[in-house]
Amino acid sequence: MTTVIAVPPSLDDYSFEQVLEQLAPLPADAKILIDARHARWASPYGLTALLTLAQTRAERPALAVPELEETASYWARAAFFQHAEALYDLHGTYPKRRDAGESNVLLEITPIAKSDDIHTIVGQVQERLKRIIQGELKLETKAVLGFTMTLSEVCQNIIEHAGQGGWVAVQSYRWTKRLGRRVVVIAVCDAGLGFRRSLESAPGHLPSARWDDATALEEAVIRGVSRFRDRGRGQGLAGARNYVGRWQGKLSVRSGTARIAIVPPWDDDVPLAEGLPQFPGAQLQVIIPEHAPHAAAASQGSGR
Amino acid sequence: MMNHIDVSSVLRQTVACDLYSNLVTRSTGAAVRGQIERLLGDFGDAGGRALTVIDFSHVSMIDFSCADEVVAKLLMRYTDDEAPGDAYFLFRGVNDDHWDAISAVLDRHGLALALEADDGVRVVGVLSDDERRAWRAAYDLGRVGAADVASELGADPADAERALDSLCRRRLVMRVDGDYVAVGGGFIGRQ
Repeated sequence: MTTVIAVPPSLDDYSFEQVLEQLAPLPADAKILIDARHARWASPYGLTALLTLAQTRAERPALAVPELEETASYWARAAFFQHAEALYDLHGTYPKRRDAGESNVLLEITPIAKSDDIHTIVGQVQERLKRIIQGELKLETKAVLGFTMTLSEVCQNIIEHAGQGGWVAVQSYRWTKRLGRRVVVIAVCDAGLGFRRSLESAPGHLPSARWDDATALEEAVIRGVSRFRDRGRGQGLAGARNYVGRWQGKLSVRSGTARIAIVPPWDDDVPLAEGLPQFPGAQLQVIIPEHAPHAAAASQGSGR
Repeated sequence: MMNHIDVSSVLRQTVACDLYSNLVTRSTGAAVRGQIERLLGDFGDAGGRALTVIDFSHVSMIDFSCADEVVAKLLMRYTDDEAPGDAYFLFRGVNDDHWDAISAVLDRHGLALALEADDGVRVVGVLSDDERRAWRAAYDLGRVGAADVASELGADPADAERALDSLCRRRLVMRVDGDYVAVGGGFIGRQ
């Protein structure tokens, strides 16, 4: 029997939890069909997380592609189908070739497996980032550099800690629904070890009385703890945290059953969510919004 | 003797692609540092003290992990009691695009370095006020004794000597026949 998992019309880091809730009761070898026919929009997080989901399954899953041509076309431009073909049995029609010249997709979905991939990624996005961050987000030149450094560091987390490859995508879009401003977003997802197991592999690791996914995320993201005892380790996420703080951005990291977030004034997310459906690996998102000096105060108190 | 290492050239020798000009990833940083250390070993074969310019002029950007490997670990190795050689470093071509990552790793490890800028050399990173002032005096005065620095600063000679000795251990000042010479300054800088 095949269980149908419905993809919400708008697929982002919040609504992906609905997918995971449907998946949670099922064993890894259960036959599933990811039903994305009614999807209208997906964030880079949503798309990379869908690829990651397939990697967690013992039985090759199926995916029904979005029925709306515009949506399928966008997913194709983001290179979703290109990678999904290797992971899912795809049902429905979708563009087999990607159109060139998609300005919103700064970095199409790209696999990360080795250090050289990061050199290529950074080299690819630098010029386009400059145009988007300075031109459209109206941030200083320094924001471009910080974004590139953050991108490099969060991709390295996969190579250093996941124990297997992962996915990255970078996109810029107007976030009308929640913010009313343009944003540039990094999504990095893997189905690897996750933060808790990575930290548990540290030499001499002694779990505290309360040791779970949430504690592991707090250790890594807030306190800069790494599985390596080298004092220089753990700077990558610390740097990313400082960067989002400086530009009123948002950083969120999900691993296992917990999610931690550095929450800017314009958002009303919780800093720490626990008891989420179990999902392997780590899923990280960085959002940098367009500069709007007075928007932060104005957006406080407004719901999503 | 003064040597020169172009970090961008070392990067291109180290990674597979000739086009890379970004110092990113820890593994790349470790490989670049390894190559720098080999070059320093070759310089050291000439014997004695070696001042090496570490030149970032042609490096587009550096991330935290790479800065930790290339800058912090290099400095830590050569300020260690068991350093492989009598090496001193003058960093050149470090611009705003590099500074965030480099300053972060200096802070994290409590390190300092001599940085060449358009208007001369300065020390940056984690230093005590006494160290910073003593270095500045030694740099301005050229080859000096502790008493000269003490006089310049209006400080106790023992305090000045303590600060200068600390700077020597940190490879920011050289001992030359009993005198002190700031890295990048004095007669060494003009050689």
